[in-house]
Amino acid sequence: MSDVKKFMYINRKAPYGTIYAWEALEVVLIGAAFEQDVSLAFMDDGVFQLVKGQDTTELGIKNFSPTYSALGDYDVNKIYVEKESLEARGLTLDDLMPLKYEDEDDDWAEKDSIRVVTAAEMAEILEQQDVVLSF
Amino acid sequence: MSTLHTVNKSPFDRPSLQTCLRLAGKGNAVLLFEDGVYGAMQGTAVADTVKEALGNVSIYVLGPDLKARGVGEDKLIDGIKVVDYKGFVDLTVENDKVNAWL
Repeated sequence: MSDVKKFMYINRKAPYGTIYAWEALEVVLIGAAFEQDVSLAFMDDGVFQLVKGQDTTELGIKNFSPTYSALGDYDVNKIYVEKESLEARGLTLDDLMPLKYEDEDDDWAEKDSIRVVTAAEMAEILEQQDVVLSF
Repeated sequence: MSTLHTVNKSPFDRPSLQTCLRLAGKGNAVLLFEDGVYGAMQGTAVADTVKEALGNVSIYVLGPDLKARGVGEDKLIDGIKVVDYKGFVDLTVENDKVNAWL
């Protein structure tokens, strides 16, 4: 399967204030259907997309945050969150939604999709990609 | 002349909040809404700037925008008041003019 490429979607915008976060999620879900090696990176205000407990009832707009939990079912299970961005926003891993996937190579054991990485580690991950799409 | 300053952009994305707080007159009101609500959170890189500004201005944050973003009221800097849409309207009526920092 030499035609499988490593796709990275970079998310740097907060949800709701602009349409970028939702658009990125739509593109990721569409892209997932093409059986490529997909990773997501969340940095800067993009980390706010993963904050748990979002409730848009009073805004009258769609709360798309539950969709992130479905990514595991589309084999999108490499979700990198930059540590420095979390820290600048007073956030920790506990503030984020617990995104999971079932590992088919490990008897379908449930595992965490989110990996908190340093900027240096993120740089290395970006370096390994064939295609980078930024939102 | 009392002024209501509104900020709807994240303080980590651009310096609208920082500039607003630097230039707001004593006793003015500042309302954070949309992505601006992130400026009301404790423990962030801008929290000290916001805390310091509370000695000069009153700071309000729009509740529905907090809820949408999963930011609980327990995560807010002490002294910042949560308002609903009616409270937003009241603030615009109580002040002589509105300065919207985009």
